Amino acid sequence: MSSKTHETLPAAEAKTLLNKISDDLLRPIQNHKGFTMWALFLGLALALVLWAYVIQLRDGLGVTAMRDYSAWGSYIANFVFFVAVSLVGMLISAIMGLIGVEWAKPISRIAEIVAFSAVAVAGLVIVFDMGRPDRLLNVFIHGRFQSPILWDVTVVTTYTAISLVLLILPLIPDIAIMRRRMTNLPKWQKMLYDMASFGWVGNDAQYHALHRMLKVLMILVIPVALAIHTVTSWLMASTLRPGWNSTIFGPYFVTGAFVAGTAAVIILMFFYRNNFKLKEYLTDYHFEMVSRLLVLTSLVYLYFNVNEYLVPGYKMPLHEGQHLTELFTGHWAPLFWATQIFGLILPIILLLFKPMRKPLPVTIIAVFVLVGAWFKRFIIVVPTQFHPFLPIQNVPENFTTYSPTLIEIAVLIMPFILALIIGTIVSKLIPVVSIWEVAEQKGISREVLNQE
Amino acid sequence: MAEELNKSAHSENDGSDNSRRDFLKIGLALGAGVVVGGGAIYEGYKGETKKIRVLTTDGHTLEINKPVVMEDYELKDSSELPLSDLQKRGRKGIPGKKWVMVIDLSKCRNARKCMDSCQAAHQLKPEQHHINVLRMQDDANTEPYFMPKPCYHCDNPPCTKVCPVDATFKREDGIVLIDNERCIGCRFCVAACPYSARVFHWSDPKFVEANALKEYDIELNVPQKKGTITKCLFSADRLRKGQQPYCVEACPNGVYWFGDLNEDVVTNGTSKDTVRFSDLIRENAGYTMMPELGTKPRVYYLPAKNRLFPFEYNGSKELSQEDQHWF
Repeated sequence: MSSKTHETLPAAEAKTLLNKISDDLLRPIQNHKGFTMWALFLGLALALVLWAYVIQLRDGLGVTAMRDYSAWGSYIANFVFFVAVSLVGMLISAIMGLIGVEWAKPISRIAEIVAFSAVAVAGLVIVFDMGRPDRLLNVFIHGRFQSPILWDVTVVTTYTAISLVLLILPLIPDIAIMRRRMTNLPKWQKMLYDMASFGWVGNDAQYHALHRMLKVLMILVIPVALAIHTVTSWLMASTLRPGWNSTIFGPYFVTGAFVAGTAAVIILMFFYRNNFKLKEYLTDYHFEMVSRLLVLTSLVYLYFNVNEYLVPGYKMPLHEGQHLTELFTGHWAPLFWATQIFGLILPIILLLFKPMRKPLPVTIIAVFVLVGAWFKRFIIVVPTQFHPFLPIQNVPENFTTYSPTLIEIAVLIMPFILALIIGTIVSKLIPVVSIWEVAEQKGISREVLNQE
Repeated sequence: MAEELNKSAHSENDGSDNSRRDFLKIGLALGAGVVVGGGAIYEGYKGETKKIRVLTTDGHTLEINKPVVMEDYELKDSSELPLSDLQKRGRKGIPGKKWVMVIDLSKCRNARKCMDSCQAAHQLKPEQHHINVLRMQDDANTEPYFMPKPCYHCDNPPCTKVCPVDATFKREDGIVLIDNERCIGCRFCVAACPYSARVFHWSDPKFVEANALKEYDIELNVPQKKGTITKCLFSADRLRKGQQPYCVEACPNGVYWFGDLNEDVVTNGTSKDTVRFSDLIRENAGYTMMPELGTKPRVYYLPAKNRLFPFEYNGSKELSQEDQHWF
């Protein structure tokens, strides 16, 4: 919340403008064109992957391609990916909100939706990876605080809670508007909005309290967000394994997370802009600015990549050297170079040119960045395990390679479907761009905004 | 005298602090009975006293209070005990012991009797190794050798550190054990072990149906369970019975020495020779695996010098291309 004052419009003009803004932003909630098909698709997809998970529950993790020398596979890569994506909420709505970056305001709710859906499923991803999910409660009954897993459980749940509050609090003025303007709602939805508007009338005391609470939360969420991804990186960095035994894993993961999250926000912005017809709110200017943000975060991440790979690559100690050789020129080289070039280097170069920062080109680039981000996590998690200190011998052939099975791929798609379901529900319940903040930016006074 | 003291300890047990102090004074006056009396007070607190017979240095037998460290459940055979007692003693370890293993690389010729015996005892599949005989070579110009690799039961174990539920733990007697009734199958310990000593049950283990009603023996890790970890246990079940580990006993070539660091003795599993551990290590330049990692292994190696037989694997005296890749 910046304290910048905007030029106030005359009351009559402001009223017309507010009508238009709220009509535009609330229309998608009641417009169900294509929604049934989408919901059906999500439901079917969920049923399919749930069936795969049931098979895994019945037969054990042996249905995956994981074995003793790839004990952590694509599920852990998936977990790191979702935690990474969720970090963008902290970057765009908290850091940029505190600094008072005006262009970030209309997209901060989108960032919060991405953050909440991603972190809410991240905890679940870990359960899919457990050999004995039936003993999940042991983590709370016998939990030991020496284990980084306990730290992760603590910070992920905290971040989920704060993200949810950070999504709900700035909604209150909008929900008050929705209560007044959306009259033909089903009863349950009406009741929901009645409750969630928390008696908002828009007086000075309420604005003051709201801004204060938001400010405290935005400050609080920064260390918590840093902690979730730093601790997640420590799941690997706290071991002695060559390739994981690195001191820069914390910042390396956090900067990578900003890249992945920004890409996810761009893709979602593009979807809302076209399907929700929000071209006037998510403008070329917003895409221009968020493209620059993607270049900036990618450059920082590239810097950490140079450090993470080239410094040991210069020294080439025995075991880490074998691991790096496999990445640079060996078995994993195609995947490694594809993620680095298509997911990081090319996007940076392309986005230096202005035409590439238009909505469609940057969205296509963002898809590459996001897919690259997933495979980058895979590259960090899996190959290292094939280069332990002592040789892998006297085990079957399938212990020495790893490529996910069909059931495994289905199970790792499940969190994507769940995140999409959460995102869909949220965007059918609330305006994805903040009405009151856009109104404020356009000079509509609080009196006009909250009257009626 | 001990009996008398003990009786009075009993009678004082439900008395006040004062009377206990009085009793102590009497005890001091009696002089010789002080130590026994103290023990009696402690036993009195616990509400029961057990007697055992011991032999004194001058050849008499004497009945004394049983030391508190030895409980019934610590002596019985595992089949006679309920799960709770098995778990309790399994977590505690064998009192007064610090187990240690010495592996003489100059004797190993890859007979793999250790692996067979271990896999049979722990009901493991052929690809699951609590102990694995590796083909090693330190440098292109040095001779290859066989190296049995059990769990090193580190004194600073990276695996127990990361376990979120205390399902793997370090016991008093130095053994790192697993409780597969508690393990959640997160495999963080597999990721953390720098020596790849840990094995996961990716699918059903052997003998699921035959074991359905069997009580879980934490010191044998049988029945094995799907979705949990298993690894070398230093044959804690055998040590409980005063026997040597399965691998040590099975070796035909005298590779293994096993014993107690507190007593500074190790016994060879094949020849049954018993020697001082410190002498064996000193005279043969014993070492531990990758001490630079700071894990402090409890398994020592003796270098492969003066070998009785040359390295030979699959008819070749050299490592295969694939094996050389590791060095």
